[in-house]
Amino acid sequence: MPDVRDVVIIGSGPAGLTAAIYTARAALEPLVLEGEPSSTSDQPGGQLMLTTDVENFPGFPEGIMGPELMMNFRAQAERFGATIDTVKASKVDFSERPFKVWVGDPDTSEPTHLANSVIVATGAKALMLDLPNEQRLLGHGVSTCATCDGFFFRDQEIVVVGGGDSAMEEANFLTRFAKKVTVLHRREELRASQIMQDRAFANERIEFRWNAQVVDVLGDVSVEGIVIEDTVTGEREEMATSGLFVAIGHQPNTEILRGQIDLKENGYVVTQAPSSATSVEGVFACGDVQDDYYRQAITAAGSGCTAAIDAERWLEAQEDGESA
Amino acid sequence: MSEKVIQLTDATFDEVVNSSAEPVVVDFWAEWCGPCKAIAPILEEIAEERDDVKIAKVNVDNNPLTAQRFGVLSIPTMLVFKGGEVDKKVVGARPKAALLRELDL
Repeated sequence: MPDVRDVVIIGSGPAGLTAAIYTARAALEPLVLEGEPSSTSDQPGGQLMLTTDVENFPGFPEGIMGPELMMNFRAQAERFGATIDTVKASKVDFSERPFKVWVGDPDTSEPTHLANSVIVATGAKALMLDLPNEQRLLGHGVSTCATCDGFFFRDQEIVVVGGGDSAMEEANFLTRFAKKVTVLHRREELRASQIMQDRAFANERIEFRWNAQVVDVLGDVSVEGIVIEDTVTGEREEMATSGLFVAIGHQPNTEILRGQIDLKENGYVVTQAPSSATSVEGVFACGDVQDDYYRQAITAAGSGCTAAIDAERWLEAQEDGESA
Repeated sequence: MSEKVIQLTDATFDEVVNSSAEPVVVDFWAEWCGPCKAIAPILEEIAEERDDVKIAKVNVDNNPLTAQRFGVLSIPTMLVFKGGEVDKKVVGARPKAALLRELDL
């Protein structure tokens, strides 16, 4: 069996890496399972890897690029001795201590890591529309990453689906390239924050189409159009577009946690606020995986600090208990 | 950066790719793309480990014609060329094992 570590951190966004910085500085020698490269937000560095300018993270008055910010977080964690593995946790067993964590094949009997405490910071990933042709045309006009792909839609007319902050941010960003961006939203008003709404409404290249949802994506080798359904009348029509950017919200990355710790109905981890404690003693959760309300980089980082301190104190209490 | 990774431009693309005896993996990338940064070290590893393939990169910012010519609409996109023809295509970052499998290397 592998050695028992004090802390294993699953995830490497602002929450996971802040927890790594704090537990490393507390000499707990954390191991971070940072995830594997992908083009979704479920990747090392998390959702900020798919953004450009981060303007609301304190300490950067001129803003900072999302990937650069996450490189900084990572370097800071490594500086204090955190071990960071570019692998994805595939299974956990929290039924007894030490806790078991698997990497790679989840069916092997022996876990990859044993840990006295686990900090879960697996974050959330962007939802897709879940249409067959959307998957087929992904990377061929359907995009989950405006910052990666906006460049290829110079002077074209494209569509952003969604009504929240990320949809407004993508729409605004895409007007750097596109001639026109149509925002499709299934309701009549936006969920986005006031400042993001104001910015989008003021942008001459952005048009809004209310009460509309995408029901199909058209095109043989790349996107040529979409089929829209009016959410009030049910009427369908085709709309020509060469690009479809999907920003309809997020779901927590809690697949491996099912049956291990309590989850809310919407899949997010239940924590005992203001503490990061989960339903299993010794397992803590931080960041977007347990936050379906604030979902900011800075709140994630703050909760990562909370989880690190909770884990540190809990481990101390266990030791005190053993020696008493 | 590995010296074995070839930097291609709109001007040099055809000459290098068409004259290669080995398959050439071409990675379309840009500075502003997070997932591109994540796969860069993987491609460098492959370049160091394998003598039977060439690894090359096209910066789409500076070489828009080549990206357009191969219909690249998302980065990273990796194309494998054999005898100057596109043999395999992978869009989006992947872990190393999955990348090697999908590129059939």
